[in-house]
Amino acid sequence: MSTTTTTESGELAPVRTDSLAELLVAEERPPRPSAWSASLTFGWRAILKIKHVPEQLFDVTAFPIMMVLMYTYLFGGALAGSPKEYIQFLLPGILVMSVVMITMYTGVSVNTDIEKGVFDRFRSLPIWRPSTMVGYLLGDALRYTIASVVMLTVGMILGYRADGGVAGVLVGIALLVLFSFAFSWIWTMFGLMLRTEKSVMGVSMMVIFPLTFLSNVFVDPRTMPGWLQAFVNNSPVTHLASAVRGLMAGDWPADEIAWTLGWSGLFVAVFGPITMRLYNRK
Amino acid sequence: MSTQTSGLAIETAGLVKTFGGTRAVDGVDLAVPAGTVYGVLGPNGAGKTTTVRMLATLLRPDSGEAHVFGHDIVREADEVRGRVSLTGQYASVDEDLTGTENLVLLARLLGHRKPPARTRAAQLLEAFGLTDAAGKQVKHYSGGMRRRIDIAASILNTPDLLFLDEPTTGLDPRSRNQVWDIVRAVVAQGTTVLLTTQYLDEADQLASRIAVIDRGKVIAEGTKGELKASVGAGSVHLRLRDPGQRPLAADLLRRALDAQVQTEADPVALTARLTTAAGNDTAAEQAARALSALARGGITVDNFSLGQPSLDEVFLALTGHDTQQPRSGSDTSRDPKDEVAA
Repeated sequence: MSTTTTTESGELAPVRTDSLAELLVAEERPPRPSAWSASLTFGWRAILKIKHVPEQLFDVTAFPIMMVLMYTYLFGGALAGSPKEYIQFLLPGILVMSVVMITMYTGVSVNTDIEKGVFDRFRSLPIWRPSTMVGYLLGDALRYTIASVVMLTVGMILGYRADGGVAGVLVGIALLVLFSFAFSWIWTMFGLMLRTEKSVMGVSMMVIFPLTFLSNVFVDPRTMPGWLQAFVNNSPVTHLASAVRGLMAGDWPADEIAWTLGWSGLFVAVFGPITMRLYNRK
Repeated sequence: MSTQTSGLAIETAGLVKTFGGTRAVDGVDLAVPAGTVYGVLGPNGAGKTTTVRMLATLLRPDSGEAHVFGHDIVREADEVRGRVSLTGQYASVDEDLTGTENLVLLARLLGHRKPPARTRAAQLLEAFGLTDAAGKQVKHYSGGMRRRIDIAASILNTPDLLFLDEPTTGLDPRSRNQVWDIVRAVVAQGTTVLLTTQYLDEADQLASRIAVIDRGKVIAEGTKGELKASVGAGSVHLRLRDPGQRPLAADLLRRALDAQVQTEADPVALTARLTTAAGNDTAAEQAARALSALARGGITVDNFSLGQPSLDEVFLALTGHDTQQPRSGSDTSRDPKDEVAA
């Protein structure tokens, strides 16, 4: 049945039907778990998977480090005079860009996971239906937090100083993780909608590259042509980058925070129900 | 709407599911009494799994109705989910997690708090002889171990109805017997079991009623006795010493047993399909009659065996086509048997 079989059934201990019979005596069933508790349990599943396959943390460690180093030294001299000055502007933005890019992997993992038999079991359990998907995203939130911490550490080594202090940085990261959680519902949708891992990856690239690059992450949008400014100034990534930049610099950019939360709400409201519809129909 | 009083665990009427242009399930009617093992017997592609998936609320029927313990599987899916468990054809556990983690995860999802979830997981692993493998990822389990952890996951809460979709396909005989023991233990505690299988002997061993399903339709239904009677009592397989005597032997058998006789690809082999219509004799009595008829005719028999009706024979008898034909016509290693029927 499987190529990975390593343990021979010959050495299997016998089934103990007497103790099995005792276990089967129907006890009162515990009450169903709450929506939150079921979601947390699925989040725990995601963390267990990281524990068993720690290599999957590569994309939240090596990739963000590469992003910080690459763009700081590539653009720093030209755009701000020196990498050291540029990173003060770039770091919150590249943090946003990298984490939003990393959300893309959610779609791929949903797509490969959903084909496995275990989903039949999850879907036949009497639990809050979206908890499976929310659990994924909770596990991913941990990954986004790791990526943020890694990038911030590299940034500080390169000379970034957050004037907002610990509080500003924490609120900034919290906002970023929250937005990423909401934004990821696009990927759960594609993960369930598209048939192969490759097509999920392809569509994700088409969405993620324009959305992250056409923003104020690298440069001030005022240098861009008017039609592009119209897009960039209204992009959720721009609002998020401005909010995180402001928070980490010690300001309270209420407008940008409100816009970010508004976009987050919209993503969940639109793509959450579509994801669940696809999930129920799968 | 409630049909609770009827004592039926499952009741379906005209269940249909179409994939593309194929009617995978084409009007299935089932009535499964509570507290029994009900066998759904059929070849690959007959619609067994699709039927189970609809009843387990994983697929929505295109038309028809089904109730599980009186609950409509579409409108009251959540109530149904609270009372059933499914062990799929492919391991319905997370291969990346260990045995313990899988059971604790599912116990938590069923509402157990952490300490009782751990206790229940450990007890089940112990009862299923998996304690040594508890800390290993399921992807390193053998086929037999997978089935065990899978069934263990299905009885974390003792379900009222357990779906077992081909629980022994691909298992060695020893593992298969152990799965059968588990099924017997489960049903002894009052759980209803719906078992799908490709093997008549499995249905024979476990089920009290059997539905034979082919091309999405139930083509026969009844107790084991009824079903076997409709199919015949089994087959007598013979090997002669002299291939030249085969036509004469076939003729003698046909007259002695009033049975269909097939000549096999092997030039000395013959098979006679027994029918219960040939009087009230048991299969053994008929076989004895056959042997003495051959002895009187001066035919030397080298080898003789009496076989239970196989699924192939059930199918041939019920549908006029064998199990290889319908959708998986890939097996051409065995020559089609020449019919020498009367």
